[in-house]
Amino acid sequence: MMKMKIDVSIIGGGVNGCSLAYQLAKRGLDVALFERDYICSGATGRCGAGIRQQWSTRENIILAKESVKIFSRLSKELGEEIGFRQGGYLIAVHDEKELNEAEERVKLQKSLGVDVKILDRDEINDVVPILDVDGMNAIAATFCPTDGHADPFKTTFAYARAAVRNGARIFTHTEVKDIIRNKNEVCGIKTDRESIKCDFVINAAGVWSKKVAEMAGIKIPNVPYRKEAIVTERLKPLFRSMVISFKDGIYFSQQDEGQILGGIPGPDERPGYLYRPTLSFLRHMSQMLTRYAPCLRYVRVLRHWTGFYDVSPDARPIIGEDPQVKGFVHCHGFSGHGFMLSPMVTKIIADYIADGKESEFLDDLSIRRFEGKKIDREISVVG
Amino acid sequence: MSNKSIVCRCEDVSEDDVIKAIDDGFTDLEELRKRLRIGMGPCQGRTCLPLLIRILARKTGKKIEELSMPTFRSPVVPVTLGSLASDENED
Repeated sequence: MMKMKIDVSIIGGGVNGCSLAYQLAKRGLDVALFERDYICSGATGRCGAGIRQQWSTRENIILAKESVKIFSRLSKELGEEIGFRQGGYLIAVHDEKELNEAEERVKLQKSLGVDVKILDRDEINDVVPILDVDGMNAIAATFCPTDGHADPFKTTFAYARAAVRNGARIFTHTEVKDIIRNKNEVCGIKTDRESIKCDFVINAAGVWSKKVAEMAGIKIPNVPYRKEAIVTERLKPLFRSMVISFKDGIYFSQQDEGQILGGIPGPDERPGYLYRPTLSFLRHMSQMLTRYAPCLRYVRVLRHWTGFYDVSPDARPIIGEDPQVKGFVHCHGFSGHGFMLSPMVTKIIADYIADGKESEFLDDLSIRRFEGKKIDREISVVG
Repeated sequence: MSNKSIVCRCEDVSEDDVIKAIDDGFTDLEELRKRLRIGMGPCQGRTCLPLLIRILARKTGKKIEELSMPTFRSPVVPVTLGSLASDENED
Protein backbone atom coordinates (compact mmCIF):
# COMPACT_ATOMS: atom_id res chain seq x y z
CA MET A 1 0.00 0.00 0.00
CA MET A 2 1.45 3.34 -1.10
CA LYS A 3 1.85 6.01 1.56
CA MET A 4 1.43 9.40 -0.01
CA LYS A 5 1.93 12.59 2.01
CA ILE A 6 0.20 15.71 0.74
CA ASP A 7 -1.10 19.01 2.10
CA VAL A 8 -4.80 18.83 1.29
CA SER A 9 -7.27 16.08 0.42
CA ILE A 10 -10.51 17.22 -1.17
CA ILE A 11 -13.49 14.89 -1.12
CA GLY A 12 -15.95 15.49 -3.95
CA GLY A 13 -15.48 16.31 -7.64
CA GLY A 14 -18.25 18.84 -8.04
CA VAL A 15 -17.77 22.51 -8.80
CA ASN A 16 -16.67 23.36 -5.25
CA GLY A 17 -14.14 20.53 -4.97
CA CYS A 18 -12.65 21.24 -8.41
CA SER A 19 -12.45 24.98 -7.74
CA LEU A 20 -10.67 24.34 -4.44
CA ALA A 21 -8.25 21.94 -6.13
CA TYR A 22 -7.43 24.60 -8.71
CA GLN A 23 -7.00 27.47 -6.27
CA LEU A 24 -4.94 25.55 -3.73
CA ALA A 25 -2.71 23.97 -6.41
CA LYS A 26 -2.16 27.39 -7.96
CA ARG A 27 -0.83 28.62 -4.62
CA GLY A 28 1.66 25.79 -4.56
CA LEU A 29 -0.02 23.38 -2.18
CA ASP A 30 0.15 19.66 -2.79
CA VAL A 31 -3.48 18.76 -3.41
CA ALA A 32 -5.40 15.63 -4.33
CA LEU A 33 -9.11 15.40 -5.11
CA PHE A 34 -11.06 12.18 -4.67
CA GLU A 35 -14.31 11.62 -6.51
CA ARG A 36 -16.28 8.41 -6.07
CA ASP A 37 -17.76 8.57 -9.57
CA TYR A 38 -16.70 11.00 -12.32
CA ILE A 39 -16.25 14.80 -12.35
CA CYS A 40 -19.61 16.57 -11.92
CA SER A 41 -21.50 13.29 -11.52
CA GLY A 42 -23.38 14.63 -8.47
CA ALA A 43 -25.49 17.74 -7.91
CA THR A 44 -23.24 20.02 -10.01
CA GLY A 45 -23.88 18.12 -13.23
CA ARG A 46 -27.61 17.99 -12.53
CA CYS A 47 -28.25 21.58 -11.52
CA GLY A 48 -29.99 24.51 -13.20
CA ALA A 49 -26.70 26.46 -13.04
CA GLY A 50 -28.40 29.79 -12.49
CA ILE A 51 -26.39 32.58 -10.89
CA ARG A 52 -28.45 34.95 -8.77
CA GLN A 53 -27.62 37.90 -6.52
CA GLN A 54 -31.22 38.51 -5.38
CA TRP A 55 -31.09 37.05 -1.86
CA SER A 56 -32.69 37.91 1.44
CA THR A 57 -29.62 37.55 3.67
CA ARG A 58 -26.61 39.85 3.62
CA GLU A 59 -24.03 37.04 3.39
CA ASN A 60 -25.67 35.39 0.40
CA ILE A 61 -25.98 38.70 -1.43
CA ILE A 62 -22.30 39.53 -0.97
CA LEU A 63 -21.11 35.98 -1.72
CA ALA A 64 -23.22 35.92 -4.89
CA LYS A 65 -22.14 39.38 -6.00
CA GLU A 66 -18.46 38.58 -5.55
CA SER A 67 -19.03 35.23 -7.29
CA VAL A 68 -20.52 37.01 -10.31
CA LYS A 69 -17.34 39.09 -10.58
CA ILE A 70 -15.22 35.93 -10.55
CA PHE A 71 -17.52 34.09 -13.01
CA SER A 72 -17.25 36.99 -15.44
CA ARG A 73 -13.49 36.59 -15.78
CA LEU A 74 -13.28 32.83 -15.24
CA SER A 75 -13.18 31.71 -18.89
CA LYS A 76 -10.11 33.85 -19.36
CA GLU A 77 -8.49 32.78 -16.12
CA LEU A 78 -9.01 29.05 -16.71
CA GLY A 79 -8.26 29.25 -20.43
CA GLU A 80 -11.51 27.48 -21.33
CA GLU A 81 -15.00 28.72 -22.12
CA ILE A 82 -17.41 28.25 -19.18
CA GLY A 83 -20.51 29.56 -20.96
CA PHE A 84 -21.14 32.47 -18.58
CA ARG A 85 -23.85 34.88 -19.68
CA GLN A 86 -25.82 37.58 -17.89
CA GLY A 87 -29.44 37.44 -18.99
CA GLY A 88 -30.85 38.43 -15.60
CA TYR A 89 -33.25 36.82 -13.15
CA LEU A 90 -36.92 37.76 -13.10
CA ILE A 91 -38.62 36.92 -9.80
CA ALA A 92 -42.41 36.90 -9.94
CA VAL A 93 -44.30 38.70 -7.19
CA HIS A 94 -47.83 37.36 -6.65
CA ASP A 95 -49.49 39.41 -3.90
CA GLU A 96 -49.15 42.43 -1.60
CA LYS A 97 -47.34 40.46 1.09
CA GLU A 98 -44.76 39.24 -1.42
CA LEU A 99 -44.45 42.77 -2.79
CA ASN A 100 -43.60 44.12 0.67
CA GLU A 101 -40.99 41.40 1.12
CA ALA A 102 -39.61 42.11 -2.35
CA GLU A 103 -39.29 45.81 -1.53
CA GLU A 104 -37.36 44.94 1.64
CA ARG A 105 -35.06 42.60 -0.27
CA VAL A 106 -34.46 45.06 -3.10
CA LYS A 107 -33.56 47.75 -0.55
CA LEU A 108 -31.00 45.46 1.09
CA GLN A 109 -29.63 44.28 -2.27
CA LYS A 110 -29.28 47.83 -3.54
CA SER A 111 -27.54 48.94 -0.35
CA LEU A 112 -24.96 46.21 -1.08
CA GLY A 113 -24.45 47.43 -4.64
CA VAL A 114 -26.61 44.99 -6.63
CA ASP A 115 -28.31 46.45 -9.71
CA VAL A 116 -31.91 45.37 -9.09
CA LYS A 117 -35.32 46.93 -9.60
CA ILE A 118 -39.03 46.27 -9.20
CA LEU A 119 -40.95 45.84 -12.44
CA ASP A 120 -44.60 46.71 -12.82
CA ARG A 121 -46.93 44.02 -14.03
CA ASP A 122 -46.89 45.62 -17.51
CA GLU A 123 -43.10 45.53 -17.72
CA ILE A 124 -42.77 41.77 -17.22
CA ASN A 125 -43.33 40.94 -20.89
CA ASP A 126 -40.63 43.43 -21.89
CA VAL A 127 -38.13 41.11 -20.21
CA VAL A 128 -39.71 37.71 -20.95
CA PRO A 129 -42.23 37.99 -23.81
CA ILE A 130 -43.53 34.41 -23.58
CA LEU A 131 -44.89 34.80 -20.03
CA ASP A 132 -48.65 34.92 -19.45
CA VAL A 133 -48.81 37.49 -16.66
CA ASP A 134 -52.44 36.57 -15.84
CA GLY A 135 -51.74 32.84 -15.90
CA MET A 136 -48.84 33.20 -13.50
CA ASN A 137 -50.84 35.53 -11.24
CA ALA A 138 -48.12 38.15 -11.12
CA ILE A 139 -48.73 41.66 -9.79
CA ALA A 140 -45.09 42.70 -10.19
CA ALA A 141 -41.59 41.26 -10.41
CA THR A 142 -38.04 42.01 -9.36
CA PHE A 143 -35.32 41.97 -11.98
CA CYS A 144 -31.55 41.99 -11.78
CA PRO A 145 -29.91 42.20 -15.22
CA THR A 146 -26.48 41.05 -14.03
CA ASP A 147 -27.76 37.71 -12.71
CA GLY A 148 -27.14 34.90 -15.13
CA HIS A 149 -26.00 31.41 -15.89
CA ALA A 150 -22.91 29.34 -16.66
CA ASP A 151 -22.51 25.85 -18.08
CA PRO A 152 -21.97 23.55 -15.08
CA PHE A 153 -20.10 20.89 -17.08
CA LYS A 154 -17.81 23.34 -18.83
CA THR A 155 -17.12 25.25 -15.62
CA THR A 156 -16.31 22.18 -13.57
CA PHE A 157 -14.22 20.49 -16.26
CA ALA A 158 -12.35 23.79 -16.76
CA TYR A 159 -11.56 24.00 -13.03
CA ALA A 160 -10.50 20.35 -12.95
CA ARG A 161 -8.20 20.69 -15.96
CA ALA A 162 -6.69 23.93 -14.63
CA ALA A 163 -6.14 22.20 -11.28
CA VAL A 164 -4.23 19.38 -12.97
CA ARG A 165 -2.14 21.85 -15.00
CA ASN A 166 -1.18 23.47 -11.68
CA GLY A 167 -0.07 20.17 -10.21
CA ALA A 168 -3.19 18.87 -8.44
CA ARG A 169 -3.98 15.19 -8.72
CA ILE A 170 -7.55 14.14 -9.42
CA PHE A 171 -8.61 10.59 -8.69
CA THR A 172 -11.99 9.76 -10.17
CA HIS A 173 -13.79 6.48 -9.49
CA THR A 174 -12.01 6.52 -6.14
CA GLU A 175 -14.06 6.38 -2.97
CA VAL A 176 -12.87 7.74 0.36
CA LYS A 177 -13.61 5.05 2.93
CA ASP A 178 -12.29 6.62 6.11
CA ILE A 179 -10.79 9.76 7.58
CA ILE A 180 -7.92 9.24 9.99
CA ARG A 181 -7.75 11.36 13.11
CA ASN A 182 -5.00 11.80 15.65
CA LYS A 183 -6.94 12.98 18.69
CA ASN A 184 -8.43 16.33 17.69
CA GLU A 185 -6.89 16.73 14.28
CA VAL A 186 -7.11 14.99 10.94
CA CYS A 187 -3.97 13.31 9.68
CA GLY A 188 -5.08 11.44 6.58
CA ILE A 189 -7.65 9.55 4.59
CA LYS A 190 -8.12 6.00 3.36
CA THR A 191 -9.54 5.38 -0.10
CA ASP A 192 -10.57 2.06 -1.58
CA ARG A 193 -7.01 1.87 -2.98
CA GLU A 194 -4.55 3.51 -0.59
CA SER A 195 -3.85 5.59 2.51
CA ILE A 196 -2.84 9.21 2.18
CA LYS A 197 -1.38 11.46 4.87
CA CYS A 198 -2.51 15.07 4.81
CA ASP A 199 -2.94 18.13 7.02
CA PHE A 200 -6.34 19.19 5.71
CA VAL A 201 -9.40 17.28 4.56
CA ILE A 202 -12.06 19.33 2.79
CA ASN A 203 -15.56 17.93 2.79
CA ALA A 204 -17.07 19.07 -0.52
CA ALA A 205 -19.16 15.95 -1.02
CA GLY A 206 -22.47 17.74 -1.48
CA VAL A 207 -25.38 15.64 -0.40
CA TRP A 208 -22.99 12.93 0.81
CA SER A 209 -21.19 15.41 3.12
CA LYS A 210 -23.08 14.06 6.09
CA LYS A 211 -21.55 10.60 5.54
CA VAL A 212 -18.08 12.06 4.94
CA ALA A 213 -18.30 14.10 8.16
CA GLU A 214 -19.31 10.97 10.06
CA MET A 215 -16.04 9.32 8.98
CA ALA A 216 -14.26 12.03 10.97
CA GLY A 217 -16.65 11.63 13.89
CA ILE A 218 -18.38 14.93 13.13
CA LYS A 219 -22.13 15.40 13.03
CA ILE A 220 -23.54 17.92 10.57
CA PRO A 221 -27.20 18.94 10.48
CA ASN A 222 -27.73 18.70 6.68
CA VAL A 223 -30.62 16.84 5.10
CA PRO A 224 -30.60 15.45 1.53
CA TYR A 225 -33.51 16.23 -0.77
CA ARG A 226 -34.16 14.77 -4.21
CA LYS A 227 -34.69 17.52 -6.79
CA GLU A 228 -35.98 16.92 -10.29
CA ALA A 229 -35.58 18.85 -13.51
CA ILE A 230 -36.58 18.66 -17.17
CA VAL A 231 -35.16 19.90 -20.43
CA THR A 232 -37.00 20.45 -23.71
CA GLU A 233 -35.97 20.29 -27.33
CA ARG A 234 -34.04 23.27 -28.71
CA LEU A 235 -35.96 26.36 -29.76
CA LYS A 236 -34.92 29.62 -31.35
CA PRO A 237 -33.91 32.25 -28.76
CA LEU A 238 -37.11 33.34 -26.95
CA PHE A 239 -35.88 34.94 -23.73
CA ARG A 240 -32.63 35.52 -21.88
CA SER A 241 -33.68 35.77 -18.25
CA MET A 242 -34.17 33.04 -15.69
CA VAL A 243 -37.78 33.10 -14.40
CA ILE A 244 -38.46 32.07 -10.81
CA SER A 245 -41.22 32.25 -8.22
CA PHE A 246 -40.74 31.66 -4.50
CA LYS A 247 -44.48 31.03 -4.06
CA ASP A 248 -44.79 28.42 -6.82
CA GLY A 249 -41.21 27.13 -6.41
CA ILE A 250 -40.64 27.03 -10.16
CA TYR A 251 -37.50 28.07 -12.02
CA PHE A 252 -36.85 27.90 -15.75
CA SER A 253 -34.60 29.46 -18.36
CA GLN A 254 -33.56 29.01 -21.96
CA GLN A 255 -30.01 27.73 -22.37
CA ASP A 256 -27.50 28.97 -24.92
CA GLU A 257 -28.16 25.95 -27.13
CA GLY A 258 -31.90 26.75 -27.14
CA GLN A 259 -33.40 24.15 -24.81
CA ILE A 260 -35.62 25.21 -21.91
CA LEU A 261 -34.51 23.80 -18.58
CA GLY A 262 -36.41 24.01 -15.33
CA GLY A 263 -37.51 22.48 -12.06
CA ILE A 264 -39.96 22.76 -9.20
CA PRO A 265 -40.34 20.99 -5.85
CA GLY A 266 -42.19 17.74 -6.59
CA PRO A 267 -45.49 16.87 -4.88
CA ASP A 268 -43.83 13.73 -3.47
CA GLU A 269 -40.80 15.55 -2.11
CA ARG A 270 -39.35 14.15 1.10
CA PRO A 271 -35.84 13.91 2.58
CA GLY A 272 -33.58 11.00 1.78
CA TYR A 273 -31.21 9.64 -0.82
CA LEU A 274 -33.96 9.08 -3.37
CA TYR A 275 -32.80 9.26 -6.95
CA ARG A 276 -35.60 7.91 -9.16
CA PRO A 277 -37.58 10.45 -11.17
CA THR A 278 -41.28 10.74 -10.35
CA LEU A 279 -44.26 11.00 -12.67
CA SER A 280 -45.94 13.39 -10.22
CA PHE A 281 -43.09 15.87 -10.68
CA LEU A 282 -43.30 15.63 -14.46
CA ARG A 283 -47.00 16.44 -14.46
CA HIS A 284 -46.71 19.20 -11.85
CA MET A 285 -43.78 20.83 -13.66
CA SER A 286 -45.52 20.64 -17.05
CA GLN A 287 -48.71 22.14 -15.63
CA MET A 288 -46.90 25.00 -13.92
CA LEU A 289 -44.63 25.74 -16.87
CA THR A 290 -47.50 25.84 -19.37
CA ARG A 291 -49.45 28.06 -16.95
CA TYR A 292 -46.51 30.49 -16.89
CA ALA A 293 -45.85 30.21 -20.64
CA PRO A 294 -48.82 28.64 -22.47
CA CYS A 295 -47.04 28.75 -25.84
CA LEU A 296 -44.66 26.05 -24.58
CA ARG A 297 -47.57 23.56 -24.67
CA TYR A 298 -46.38 22.28 -28.05
CA VAL A 299 -42.75 21.97 -27.05
CA ARG A 300 -41.42 18.48 -26.37
CA VAL A 301 -39.70 17.35 -23.20
CA LEU A 302 -36.56 15.39 -24.05
CA ARG A 303 -35.28 14.41 -20.66
CA HIS A 304 -36.19 14.31 -17.01
CA TRP A 305 -33.63 13.64 -14.28
CA THR A 306 -32.94 13.96 -10.59
CA GLY A 307 -30.32 15.75 -8.58
CA PHE A 308 -29.98 16.74 -4.95
CA TYR A 309 -30.09 19.69 -2.59
CA ASP A 310 -27.84 19.35 0.47
CA VAL A 311 -30.04 21.39 2.79
CA SER A 312 -28.72 23.03 5.95
CA PRO A 313 -31.07 24.19 8.76
CA ASP A 314 -30.95 27.83 7.60
CA ALA A 315 -30.53 27.14 3.85
CA ARG A 316 -27.08 28.75 3.89
CA PRO A 317 -23.73 27.05 3.31
CA ILE A 318 -21.58 25.66 6.11
CA ILE A 319 -17.93 26.56 5.54
CA GLY A 320 -14.60 26.70 7.34
CA GLU A 321 -12.50 24.61 9.67
CA ASP A 322 -14.31 22.52 12.24
CA PRO A 323 -14.11 24.06 15.75
CA GLN A 324 -13.37 20.68 17.32
CA VAL A 325 -11.37 18.78 14.70
CA LYS A 326 -8.34 20.67 13.40
CA GLY A 327 -7.75 20.35 9.67
CA PHE A 328 -11.29 19.20 8.85
CA VAL A 329 -12.79 21.85 6.58
CA HIS A 330 -16.51 22.16 5.84
CA CYS A 331 -17.72 23.18 2.37
CA HIS A 332 -21.30 21.94 2.07
CA GLY A 333 -24.92 22.67 3.01
CA PHE A 334 -25.39 24.88 -0.05
CA SER A 335 -29.11 24.06 -0.10
CA GLY A 336 -29.41 24.28 -3.88
CA HIS A 337 -27.01 27.19 -4.46
CA GLY A 338 -23.63 25.51 -4.51
CA PHE A 339 -22.90 26.30 -8.12
CA MET A 340 -23.65 30.03 -8.00
CA LEU A 341 -21.87 30.67 -4.71
CA SER A 342 -18.86 28.45 -5.41
CA PRO A 343 -16.36 31.02 -6.78
CA MET A 344 -16.38 33.23 -3.67
CA VAL A 345 -16.92 30.50 -1.08
CA THR A 346 -14.01 28.45 -2.39
CA LYS A 347 -11.83 31.56 -2.56
CA ILE A 348 -12.51 32.25 1.13
CA ILE A 349 -11.67 28.63 2.02
CA ALA A 350 -8.55 28.61 -0.14
CA ASP A 351 -7.37 31.90 1.42
CA TYR A 352 -7.83 30.37 4.85
CA ILE A 353 -5.99 27.13 4.09
CA ALA A 354 -3.15 28.65 2.07
CA ASP A 355 -2.59 31.88 4.02
CA GLY A 356 -4.51 31.46 7.28
CA LYS A 357 -6.62 34.44 6.25
CA GLU A 358 -9.69 35.03 8.39
CA SER A 359 -13.01 36.27 7.01
CA GLU A 360 -16.29 37.43 8.49
CA PHE A 361 -17.97 34.74 6.36
CA LEU A 362 -15.96 32.01 8.08
CA ASP A 363 -17.48 33.22 11.35
CA ASP A 364 -21.01 33.81 10.07
CA LEU A 365 -21.20 30.56 8.11
CA SER A 366 -19.33 28.38 10.61
CA ILE A 367 -20.98 25.19 11.79
CA ARG A 368 -20.91 26.80 15.26
CA ARG A 369 -23.97 28.87 14.36
CA PHE A 370 -26.25 25.90 14.99
CA GLU A 371 -25.24 25.66 18.66
CA GLY A 372 -28.45 26.92 20.19
CA LYS A 373 -28.45 30.36 18.58
CA LYS A 374 -31.22 32.07 16.68
CA ILE A 375 -31.10 31.08 13.04
CA ASP A 376 -31.33 33.72 10.29
CA ARG A 377 -32.89 31.62 7.57
CA GLU A 378 -32.46 32.36 3.87
CA ILE A 379 -36.02 32.39 2.53
CA SER A 380 -35.41 33.09 -1.15
CA VAL A 381 -35.28 29.48 -2.32
CA VAL A 382 -36.77 27.78 -5.39
CA GLY A 383 -36.63 24.41 -7.14
CA MET B 1 -6.03 11.69 -40.61
CA SER B 2 -8.95 13.95 -39.93
CA ASN B 3 -12.42 12.49 -39.68
CA LYS B 4 -15.33 14.88 -39.81
CA SER B 5 -17.96 12.11 -39.96
CA ILE B 6 -20.91 13.09 -37.82
CA VAL B 7 -21.43 10.77 -34.87
CA CYS B 8 -24.24 12.71 -33.14
CA ARG B 9 -26.60 14.38 -35.59
CA CYS B 10 -28.71 16.11 -32.94
CA GLU B 11 -25.81 17.94 -31.32
CA ASP B 12 -23.52 18.03 -34.36
CA VAL B 13 -20.58 16.10 -32.91
CA SER B 14 -17.99 14.64 -35.28
CA GLU B 15 -15.74 11.62 -34.84
CA ASP B 16 -12.82 14.05 -34.49
CA ASP B 17 -14.58 15.80 -31.61
CA VAL B 18 -15.05 12.45 -29.88
CA ILE B 19 -11.45 11.40 -30.39
CA LYS B 20 -10.15 14.73 -29.10
CA ALA B 21 -12.31 14.47 -25.96
CA ILE B 22 -11.08 10.92 -25.31
CA ASP B 23 -7.48 12.13 -25.77
CA ASP B 24 -8.27 14.92 -23.28
CA GLY B 25 -9.11 12.29 -20.68
CA PHE B 26 -12.88 11.98 -20.96
CA THR B 27 -12.88 8.22 -21.12
CA ASP B 28 -16.27 7.07 -19.98
CA LEU B 29 -19.58 7.44 -21.75
CA GLU B 30 -21.15 9.59 -19.06
CA GLU B 31 -18.22 12.03 -19.11
CA LEU B 32 -18.21 12.17 -22.91
CA ARG B 33 -21.90 12.92 -22.89
CA LYS B 34 -21.37 15.83 -20.51
CA ARG B 35 -18.30 17.08 -22.34
CA LEU B 36 -19.78 16.99 -25.85
CA ARG B 37 -23.56 16.98 -25.19
CA ILE B 38 -23.50 13.83 -27.31
CA GLY B 39 -26.76 11.90 -26.93
CA MET B 40 -28.55 14.85 -25.30
CA GLY B 41 -30.61 15.84 -28.34
CA PRO B 42 -34.03 14.71 -29.58
CA CYS B 43 -32.93 11.12 -30.30
CA GLN B 44 -31.52 10.78 -26.77
CA GLY B 45 -28.57 8.73 -27.97
CA ARG B 46 -30.40 6.16 -30.04
CA THR B 47 -28.38 7.02 -33.14
CA CYS B 48 -25.05 8.07 -31.70
CA LEU B 49 -24.56 5.82 -28.71
CA PRO B 50 -23.66 2.62 -30.62
CA LEU B 51 -21.18 4.65 -32.70
CA LEU B 52 -19.74 6.35 -29.63
CA ILE B 53 -19.30 3.02 -27.85
CA ARG B 54 -17.37 1.58 -30.79
CA ILE B 55 -15.04 4.59 -30.97
CA LEU B 56 -14.42 4.51 -27.24
CA ALA B 57 -13.76 0.75 -27.26
CA ARG B 58 -11.33 1.15 -30.16
CA LYS B 59 -9.49 4.08 -28.54
CA THR B 60 -9.23 2.62 -25.04
CA GLY B 61 -8.69 -1.01 -26.04
CA LYS B 62 -11.58 -2.03 -23.81
CA LYS B 63 -14.23 -4.51 -24.83
CA ILE B 64 -17.65 -3.04 -25.54
CA GLU B 65 -19.21 -5.06 -22.73
CA GLU B 66 -16.70 -3.56 -20.26
CA LEU B 67 -17.94 -0.01 -20.86
CA SER B 68 -20.63 1.12 -18.46
CA MET B 69 -23.68 2.51 -20.21
CA PRO B 70 -24.87 6.04 -19.48
CA THR B 71 -28.15 6.48 -17.63
CA PHE B 72 -31.23 6.30 -19.84
CA ARG B 73 -33.70 9.01 -18.87
CA SER B 74 -37.44 9.35 -19.21
CA PRO B 75 -39.43 10.09 -21.30
CA VAL B 76 -37.96 7.59 -23.76
CA VAL B 77 -39.44 9.49 -26.69
CA PRO B 78 -40.03 13.26 -26.63
CA VAL B 79 -43.47 14.19 -25.24
CA THR B 80 -45.05 17.65 -25.41
CA LEU B 81 -45.45 19.70 -22.24
CA GLY B 82 -49.12 20.07 -23.17
CA SER B 83 -49.81 16.36 -23.07
CA LEU B 84 -47.78 15.89 -19.89
CA ALA B 85 -49.78 18.70 -18.29
CA SER B 86 -53.09 17.25 -19.43
CA ASP B 87 -55.09 14.43 -17.89
CA GLU B 88 -56.30 13.37 -21.32
CA ASN B 89 -54.59 11.38 -24.04
CA GLU B 90 -52.99 13.23 -26.90
CA ASP B 91 -54.94 12.81 -30.13
